[in-house]
Amino acid sequence: VRNDRTIRGKVAVVGIGETAYYKHGRAPEPEFTLALKAILTACEDAGIDPRRVDGFASYSNDRNDPSRIAAALGLPELRFSNMQWGGGGGGGSAAVGNAAAAIAAGYADCVVVFRALAQGQFQRFGSAPPGGTVSGEAALTFPYGLISPAQRFAMRVMRFMHDHRVKQEAQRAIALASYHHAQANPRAVMHGRPLTAEAYDASRWIVEPFRLYDCCMENDGAAALVLVSAERARDTRRRPAYLLGVAQGSEYRNAARGHNAPTYASSSFTTVAPHLWEMSGLQPKDVSVVQSYENFTGGVLMSLVEHGFFAPEEANEFLTFANLIAPSGRLPLNTSGGNLAECYMHGLELQIEAVRQLRGESTSQVKDARVGLVISGPMVTPVSSMLLGTEDTL
Amino acid sequence: VSSAPGAPAYVLPAAMPRPVPEADKLDAPYWEGTRAGELRVQRCRRCREFQWGPEWICHKCLAFEMEWVAVAPRGRIYSWERAWHPVHPALKDHGPYVVVLVELPEAGNVRMIGNLVGDPVQPVQIGAPVDAVFEPHDDATPPYTLVQWKRSTR
Repeated sequence: VRNDRTIRGKVAVVGIGETAYYKHGRAPEPEFTLALKAILTACEDAGIDPRRVDGFASYSNDRNDPSRIAAALGLPELRFSNMQWGGGGGGGSAAVGNAAAAIAAGYADCVVVFRALAQGQFQRFGSAPPGGTVSGEAALTFPYGLISPAQRFAMRVMRFMHDHRVKQEAQRAIALASYHHAQANPRAVMHGRPLTAEAYDASRWIVEPFRLYDCCMENDGAAALVLVSAERARDTRRRPAYLLGVAQGSEYRNAARGHNAPTYASSSFTTVAPHLWEMSGLQPKDVSVVQSYENFTGGVLMSLVEHGFFAPEEANEFLTFANLIAPSGRLPLNTSGGNLAECYMHGLELQIEAVRQLRGESTSQVKDARVGLVISGPMVTPVSSMLLGTEDTL
Repeated sequence: VSSAPGAPAYVLPAAMPRPVPEADKLDAPYWEGTRAGELRVQRCRRCREFQWGPEWICHKCLAFEMEWVAVAPRGRIYSWERAWHPVHPALKDHGPYVVVLVELPEAGNVRMIGNLVGDPVQPVQIGAPVDAVFEPHDDATPPYTLVQWKRSTR
């Protein structure tokens, strides 16, 4: 029996757009302007009149309301506006999936997924919020100096590394690969700022087991993708990147307060990743290139394990610089530089890089890239991941 | 723990964020317990499952019959981290400190977060036994008591 309840092959990304990427606080324009410019750039890339856009999807409580965008752009009508619950970058792939679902279901015809951040104009993620008292989950953690995302997630990674005897060098390899790829990418904030193993080892601890270079940047910028049905995609000017599967969520009681998740040493993908593979009909060996959200390198490590690329006990052996770089590595990773070294566009730069790889336009191109995996926001809940493929994978 | 002579001994500076019960009072019995020198968690009256953090319903049997019970103030280190970068103004110039996640084998293996008392650069072992240390902040408004942990000789 054919299962129609799949997104496989029904929707494609036909346009991508970004603003210039800035260090946090350096954007010369308001966040809303950045959002508009990324959206218009993505429409231009697709060769689609912006007035044909009829829906928007985003995540992580993006401040730029689709109704305001629709009014600003003079859209004839707004048919779909969607916000993925949850913080961090966990919603990056889910937002693409939500947009695709709207198209497949007929709610809208041309949906833009976007994210805009101008940290200098608002509160930063990596600093404590103002105010002297805390309640709820924060009351259990903040008074003990467990406040920032790095501090929240170091505890999970420490347990994982302990359980599976993972060495610091495995995290280092992930950081080195991202920085290596950023050197080829003129858009990258860390372009021209190479990282050596020695510099990594000499860098300060933020919170053990994370050194400075295990942690993402915070940046200003905006990114957007244009999605249409596979049928319409055939008439657009760029090579479409077809959605082969999307999954989102987290495992049993992941959000139990005060770090009481039963599956604690996890990136939250233990139940999500199997759904992704099942929907796509693919396996890890089919993947040409991976973009995996680095809030912290340890999260990437667990994400790759939970997506089935290697067993936890193989992490030290698999996660080497040589294995992770394009074009020669076994599993080229974060080929634009990602959150560590291209831009912390809350991960949406990873979806864009996945499309570039399938178009053959990456600055660290993998030969004959056919299937790209994007993993969004490890260790938060919900998380999400997605697979994109070229036309011949359909 | 460092402080002026006669001043209360806190692991972290007094100007750290201060805990207050939630507006709906879900966790109020926990904070009342720490003031009384008791470590309290939730337990389901119907199925006897321990539960932490607090919630209005039992995740196991779905009864809205959670009670608060005092549990043995001892456990073992489930995970830990040593923080170096000061993310809060009160931590500027403070130096490193250790946060531990402690599981309580005598209370259904629920986990508690606190600081590890003692040398901030001491080696830390997952699995090591620890005992609770109540850290009252009597001068705070409102007063509160944190639960810290120290290595046990058990």
